[in-house]
Amino acid sequence: MKWSAGLLLFVLLLAIVGPWISPYAFQDTNFDAILRAPGFVEAHYFGTDEFGRDLFVRTLLGIRITLLVAVVASLVSLIIGVSYGAIAGYVGGRVDAVMMRIVDTLYALPFIFLVILLMVAFERNFLLIFVAIGAINWLDMARIVRGQTLSLREREFVDAARLTGVSTARIIFRHIAPNLLGIVIVYVTLTIPQAILVESFLSFLGLGVQEPQTSLGSLVNGGVKQMEAAPWMLLIPATLLAAMLMCFNFLGDALRDFFDARHSQ
Amino acid sequence: MSLLEVNNLRICYGDTAVVDDVSFVVRRSESVGLVGESGCGKSQTALALLGLLPRDASVSGSIRFDGAEIANTSQRQLDEIRATRISIVFQDPMQALNPYLRIGQQLRQILLQHNLARGTDADEKVIAMLARVGLPDPKQQFHAYPHQLSGGMRQRAMIASALIARPDLLIADEPTTALDVTVQAQILELLEELRDDTALLLITHDLGIVAGRCERLLVFEAGKLVESGPTGAMFAAPASDSMKRLLKFAPRIDRGAILPPAEGKTVLSVEGASVSYRDASHRELRAVLDVTLSLRQAETLAIVGESGSGKTSLVRALLGLIPMHAGRVVYAGQLLEGAVQTRAAAQRRDLQLVFQDPVSALNPQMRVQSIVSEPLRVHAGEQTAQVRLARVVAILKKVGLNESFLHRFPHQLSGGQAQRVAIARSLILEPKILICDEAVAALDGSARDQVLELLRAVQRESGLSIIFISHDLAVVRSISHRVAVLYLGRLLEVADTALLFSEPRHPYTRALLDASPVPDPLVPTHAAPIKGEVPSLLSPPSGCVFHPRCKFADGVCSDKRPLLREIAGVRVACHHAEVLLKHP
Repeated sequence: MKWSAGLLLFVLLLAIVGPWISPYAFQDTNFDAILRAPGFVEAHYFGTDEFGRDLFVRTLLGIRITLLVAVVASLVSLIIGVSYGAIAGYVGGRVDAVMMRIVDTLYALPFIFLVILLMVAFERNFLLIFVAIGAINWLDMARIVRGQTLSLREREFVDAARLTGVSTARIIFRHIAPNLLGIVIVYVTLTIPQAILVESFLSFLGLGVQEPQTSLGSLVNGGVKQMEAAPWMLLIPATLLAAMLMCFNFLGDALRDFFDARHSQ
Repeated sequence: MSLLEVNNLRICYGDTAVVDDVSFVVRRSESVGLVGESGCGKSQTALALLGLLPRDASVSGSIRFDGAEIANTSQRQLDEIRATRISIVFQDPMQALNPYLRIGQQLRQILLQHNLARGTDADEKVIAMLARVGLPDPKQQFHAYPHQLSGGMRQRAMIASALIARPDLLIADEPTTALDVTVQAQILELLEELRDDTALLLITHDLGIVAGRCERLLVFEAGKLVESGPTGAMFAAPASDSMKRLLKFAPRIDRGAILPPAEGKTVLSVEGASVSYRDASHRELRAVLDVTLSLRQAETLAIVGESGSGKTSLVRALLGLIPMHAGRVVYAGQLLEGAVQTRAAAQRRDLQLVFQDPVSALNPQMRVQSIVSEPLRVHAGEQTAQVRLARVVAILKKVGLNESFLHRFPHQLSGGQAQRVAIARSLILEPKILICDEAVAALDGSARDQVLELLRAVQRESGLSIIFISHDLAVVRSISHRVAVLYLGRLLEVADTALLFSEPRHPYTRALLDASPVPDPLVPTHAAPIKGEVPSLLSPPSGCVFHPRCKFADGVCSDKRPLLREIAGVRVACHHAEVLLKHP
């Protein structure tokens, strides 16, 4: 867990300060330096692409965008999912039944297909990616939170609060929500890699971030085209992407174990 | 020669020893009681004898069984010993039986595993064993799944599986703690009857269970064996402080002061209350039927009953946590009705509840200070934080906790401390009526005693009225002014405590009293007073609900429902109450 968190922090820091270290800007082309191999000569640490753009700067930008998409999408799913699930679970009865059937219906829709349709119909909008990924992830979050709330609602401390006359809103936010915290934190760390994957997938299909902006997914996409001439264009962003995914997954697992242990004590 | 010889047994998890330097012997065919409060290491010791401790436990010392060393022995050797030489009965048979296997299959497996029988011979042996443990219709029960049996029947099946291979030593780890008191008496009797020359190691927290049954006792405290000896001598002249404390705090149904009837005016009355549920398949369950009770100022009214008696449903409906199906509740001249959220703030403030399990009744994410002050926030919003804090500190002091507890979380409290925090939360609004739902059932001797003393003190000082729900008659005797006996949701008897314990009118009350274990080897143990178990609420018996288990029952009892009537100062619902009163 320490390793995962450390590596993620390092990557994040690099993505923030990195572009200042390099003399190049992410959109600058240089047709005198096309497909340079990685090296310290001319400060092209990760080499250049077919337009002579510096890959070090572009990779760091890609990490920024990828993390931004992942975090914002996870936040969207966190806010919608937790409030939706907690309300359905605590109110219960018919409200719960209707709310959860809506979730079931949304589950049945082929989301990736819908997102592709949206992207084709409207302009390729950066915002749309957040919405699309968040819309997929909040369903799982809502289900998990509802299940937890259902069992918490039966706990005696909730009865005790009702008996003293604590309002429903205060019961949900003061008594139920803090007890959901563990599982929600864990689930968020597990949705981040999911969001990264979806974003990469969309970018790989050419439906994600638009040039000259870039993300790890589009970099991999660009790398695939030059795989034979310049394998580093594929290997570097792909390795980074895989490493970050693994870190998030390890972190999520570790957090889950941590909260499990505290609950079982 | 001794059958089991334990020397310097030590069980550690990491650096903490849960059992330390324990040595004892069990001789062939003798019965030994192992007693101690929860967390004293008694179950850990039992698991060590069978090699069932989790992997992260390290065991040192020696366990010799029939001359052979079995501590830290190989899995294969253990397999040969378990079931055929040493077997165990656990507290909860639902956990110990495999829910996916039929009862018969689970027992037959033991015979096949150890080559004790095969084919139809094995089936016959299993059925014979099920018959011996008293399962009705053993041929049918052979094919039953564990969930299809009642709690008592499940424990009988568990005993059958423990004894089918005729082991030399039977370990029973709190075998009756999860059972009702009338069923407990049956199971203990069965264990005694069936074990023949099998040695018995009976583990319990309840001195009443070992008093008349075990020849010798081992007393554990904090992982150490503090005293051992013949049962009679240890009860008569306890040497260790632990045993003295256990004896001092073991409540008795046959002695001790009884409170006189309370004289105050009536503060709460429940008239004709009924509570119904619907189960998953929409069948109606009548948890409480037509119960009429009243509670006086500064009185403690105990509501006693076994599982399914409706005692918890009754008070939850009274408080408005669940709907009341029929009947009415009058408090201070006003009708109490509707769900708790819709009631007047003053009504909510005056009636408070203390739950059975303090750990689940306290929000694990809140500190003691916020838990105890929350009622103040809701009911006295204008107070400043300092005023609130002062009141919290004062009430904590009253329940015997100092300021250092303010910032603790519930998991940093012991069971007794947590229950006192829960009581502090209930008392901070100075309610008129406190309802305690099995409030001391989860607590050990001294902690239980402190909580009971606290309740008595608050009652003396502030004239608090208490409804005290319990299944334990010995505890009820020491705290209540009046007792109401519930069975299957019906009120069977209401009497002043002294009368109820000296002259129980209803046959069920009598059975409850006879079944309650007495922690004194000189008091003879009764034969299990009644057969059978509490019937399902889905199909309550006709007429008097108690008639299938009652030895005085006749035709009238199965036809006509007896009404509660007053006989010599006691309200009782039994057709034969007068006759039984004359001929005890």
